[in-house]
Amino acid sequence: MFPLQLFAVHSTGKGELNISEIVLEHLSDDYEWHIASYGGKTISIPLPIIVKSSVTGQWSFCTPKTLPSNFFFDSAHHGKIFEKMPDGNNVRPIDLSITKAVAQIWIVVFILLGIFAYCARWYKHRDMKSLAPGGFVGAMEMMVMTINDDVVKSSIGEKHHKTYAPYLLTVFFFILTTNLIGLIPIFPGGANVTGNINITLFLAVCTMIVVNLFGNKEYWKDIFWPHVPLFLKAPIPLMPLIELFGVFTKPFALMIRLFANMMAGHAVILSFTCVIFLGWSMGVGFGLGLNTFSIIMLLFMNCLELLVAFVQAYVFTLLSAVFIGLAHKEEAAE
Amino acid sequence: MENLPSILTPDLGLLFWMLLAFLVVFFCLARFGFPVIIKMVDERKQYIDESLGKAHEASERLAHIKQEGEALLQEAREQQAKIMKEAAMTRDAIVEQAQDKAHEESARLISEAKKQIEIEKQAAIRDIRSQVAELSIQVAEKILQEKLSNDKSQMELIDRLLDKVSKRENKD
Repeated sequence: MFPLQLFAVHSTGKGELNISEIVLEHLSDDYEWHIASYGGKTISIPLPIIVKSSVTGQWSFCTPKTLPSNFFFDSAHHGKIFEKMPDGNNVRPIDLSITKAVAQIWIVVFILLGIFAYCARWYKHRDMKSLAPGGFVGAMEMMVMTINDDVVKSSIGEKHHKTYAPYLLTVFFFILTTNLIGLIPIFPGGANVTGNINITLFLAVCTMIVVNLFGNKEYWKDIFWPHVPLFLKAPIPLMPLIELFGVFTKPFALMIRLFANMMAGHAVILSFTCVIFLGWSMGVGFGLGLNTFSIIMLLFMNCLELLVAFVQAYVFTLLSAVFIGLAHKEEAAE
Repeated sequence: MENLPSILTPDLGLLFWMLLAFLVVFFCLARFGFPVIIKMVDERKQYIDESLGKAHEASERLAHIKQEGEALLQEAREQQAKIMKEAAMTRDAIVEQAQDKAHEESARLISEAKKQIEIEKQAAIRDIRSQVAELSIQVAEKILQEKLSNDKSQMELIDRLLDKVSKRENKD
């Protein structure tokens, strides 16, 4: 999200604002990290493009400016790289480019590693008899223990929670950091990562794999032979079918929830930012009124998004923990 | 499906990098991040529990010691009272004994003094008697020398004197 230069990029010359396009463009992935535009000049960080030609099978490493001639940015497909085939068709090559979202993910990875390396170093020089940490390390300890005790332990149970705690904690801190850094509008942040279906798909698939791979006998019995009247499961396996469907809908809901919430939050903030420029194009009176309104709403939305960033990370972790807990149901529980 | 926005399109490259990044962060944090914190917190919890237990024990022991001390003090006080009483008794006994002894001693002294006085008296009486006898003899001698001119009166006087003397002798 780079609200400040929106106006310069999209309305010079035309004099008209296509807000939905602007918003979508800023939500989308990109092959370069746009920083600012001023007076027709664009300042951006070029990111490495890594594509494999479908024709020759050759890998190309380049920047957007030095893209080989057989590749092009297809504006009909939202600027993704396509390859011209000899027969005239355009196909999508294997594209492992470090896009804006990928770069953002790696920034998050390094932030997380830095934070926890710092915390781990603090603990290394101390033992159980020293005072509890304060400040930043104390805050991290509090967050880790809150998730570990209140979410993981209470959802999965005393017996199995140690196995899954690292995964769930990683998911929580990854989503939280990505969400928060996505709210910073300037360079090291601002990319819409958790509002991209690929990321949430990946996380949801991870949870699905963890749930189903390590589910116990009781879990599978509940799916294929649930505790319902007999006519509901034989001869037509109605309930088992629904239960089996549920295996896929649960992670699907996880995926959509995180994606939609983060995407919508970004979209709303971008829209209010656009309203500022829209207001000015309608005259001074309109401009002042709309701007005041937009700025108040922007501040409000940003505060709300801070909350949402935490809530969504928490909800994703909590639901993953609950699903894992269900897959480890004790036999005596029924 | 053909032309959805890129945020809704599955993208192999993004998924690949996401997988790689997530694995890196997962393995690093699961190995060096979270276990360190959780282990430390668990250990600290245990340590605090232990310390609380120890503190309870110590306070209990302290209360016990206090009780014991009070009991000891009480006992000491009783002992003291007893010793004091005994001491008083002993003192009384000693004083009484001393008084008895003093009485005895004084009685003995008095009786000895009385005996001495008796002896002295006897000696004095004897002395006086001999002196009286001597004096009376001298008086008699003088009287006899001067007044006894005839034999008859002489004889009468001697008789009279003898009578008196014998009478006195009998009287004594």
